[in-house]
Amino acid sequence: MASALFRPLTGRDRMQPRWTDGSSMQAIASQFIKPNDRLSSFERLEIYNRVYWFRILDCLYDDYPGLRAIVGQPRFMKLATAYLAKYPSTSFTLRNLGQRLERFLREEPRWIAPHRDLALDMTRFEWAQVAAFDDAAEPAITTDDILDTPPAKLHLGLQPYLSLLKLSYAVDRFFLAVQKRDADVLRDEASNTFEAMPSSSSPKNTVRLPKREDLHVAVHRYDNMLYYKRLEPEAFAILQALRRGVTVEKACAVAISSSTRTRVDWPMQIKEWFNDWSSLGWFCRFKK
Amino acid sequence: MPANSFNGFTNYGIGLGLRVPHYRHILAKKPVVDWFEIISENFMVDGGRPLEVLDQILEQYRVVQHGVAMYFGSADRLNREHLKKLKRLVKRTNTPWLSDHLCWGSVDGRYTHDLLPMPYTFAAARATAANIRAAQDFLEVPICVENVSSYAEFHASEMSEWEFLSEVVELADCGILLDVNNIYVSSKNHNFDPFEYLNNVPHHRVGQIHIAGHSKFEKYILDTHDHPVLDPVWRLYAHALQLTGKTATLLEWDDHIPTFDEVHHEALKANKFIEKQFETAAA
Repeated sequence: MASALFRPLTGRDRMQPRWTDGSSMQAIASQFIKPNDRLSSFERLEIYNRVYWFRILDCLYDDYPGLRAIVGQPRFMKLATAYLAKYPSTSFTLRNLGQRLERFLREEPRWIAPHRDLALDMTRFEWAQVAAFDDAAEPAITTDDILDTPPAKLHLGLQPYLSLLKLSYAVDRFFLAVQKRDADVLRDEASNTFEAMPSSSSPKNTVRLPKREDLHVAVHRYDNMLYYKRLEPEAFAILQALRRGVTVEKACAVAISSSTRTRVDWPMQIKEWFNDWSSLGWFCRFKK
Repeated sequence: MPANSFNGFTNYGIGLGLRVPHYRHILAKKPVVDWFEIISENFMVDGGRPLEVLDQILEQYRVVQHGVAMYFGSADRLNREHLKKLKRLVKRTNTPWLSDHLCWGSVDGRYTHDLLPMPYTFAAARATAANIRAAQDFLEVPICVENVSSYAEFHASEMSEWEFLSEVVELADCGILLDVNNIYVSSKNHNFDPFEYLNNVPHHRVGQIHIAGHSKFEKYILDTHDHPVLDPVWRLYAHALQLTGKTATLLEWDDHIPTFDEVHHEALKANKFIEKQFETAAA
């Protein structure tokens, strides 16, 4: 039965009439499902097949409005179906449904051509929001906690919910523009039925795709609200190095030495950054 | 039998499902509600807004956990990580009992996120009961299993659904979350008498009752939780109360969710049946 459920629906949202070996699905369904006076075995199995796909596609549809806006809704539905057919859910929660979407799109870039890099940026950005929403928060480190440790020996951890993204497109602004256009749709797992596929037609007002632009973004939460914060390249490099376990001193030194910017008061700048990050609660105890 | 070992010897009345569109109203207005049922999986996370809301709810209200992904009937062994997260949540909520469904939904580590019907065989009953016992031992909280609505029946079945439910809960020594709407939906889809179902389950094991709305299609009925409770379901509920006594009752409304007050008003209609049952018992 599970194998039948996991098989994608036809273009008309019906169960496929043939099994993988070409045999009749009606005959296969009737081997294990009883018909009744109103529905054949095929039709009864089809209810579950349709509900399965409606539910998971609806979930992905809600989680990836930005990617949807880039590739267009009809194509998004095909992409999502191909993804979920290749990588069905392996988690008890629908929250993790998009966990392997970036991997899938890298393996099969035809789904996002000709906007490959933009779509990949958006996929990473939207997954980072899932993490920022409900990933763990470790106790934040305060200045007092680290006062006695010299920078050459100081390791700082970063909050698990914080994602650092090096992007080629301003997907943060594009996402906000898409969000402004779209009405929020709530997802709920409690009902065990879904009656229809999400709409495959694109909204009439399209949002202009962003131009190529290198940027660094932190996706995080503060006071349990999601935020996107743009970072200077050097600030991004410091945070990435800290996450890798490099000491504060070395992280700063490496970031500054690779900077092309001149006339920057680096000690003052770094102090400002650390104060800012500390006030956002981004630092926690470093765990190897 | 209002309080029994299957609902932690509690005496809860009418509860509501805690749903996102109502968070703001509940936290701001603090309406009088006997208890809230939460979907466990929505709060089995490591941090963020869901747990913040839950903690605020727990300051004011009694909460009971209801799961949708334990899949006692799956051939896979219970997911250890799932159980650990669930236990963390149990400690947080102090739920007096928890519930999940008598169904399967995963195979070889792949999840359908659906509540799939089981073949009603003795072997399946034994395997399912073993999973429920294992979960109950690990979680250290009474478990009630809920009958699901279904749209298919299997040739392999060796008994009726109510016989299967009875067999499982006796073998597992667990409680029942009796969903009278699901019984109604399945009775229409499979042409059985829902009262026969109600009459033939072990009533002393019923720890909780669910009521909900459903949708009628041309050839079948779908359990959609997007309507008020329909009259035939209220009639079943009244009959269930005669058999079980006053029992903790929860209205499920999960789609096209109206205002909090509308949902609450619908749930409180159950009082009429509870009071009538109480009067009959007193007489």
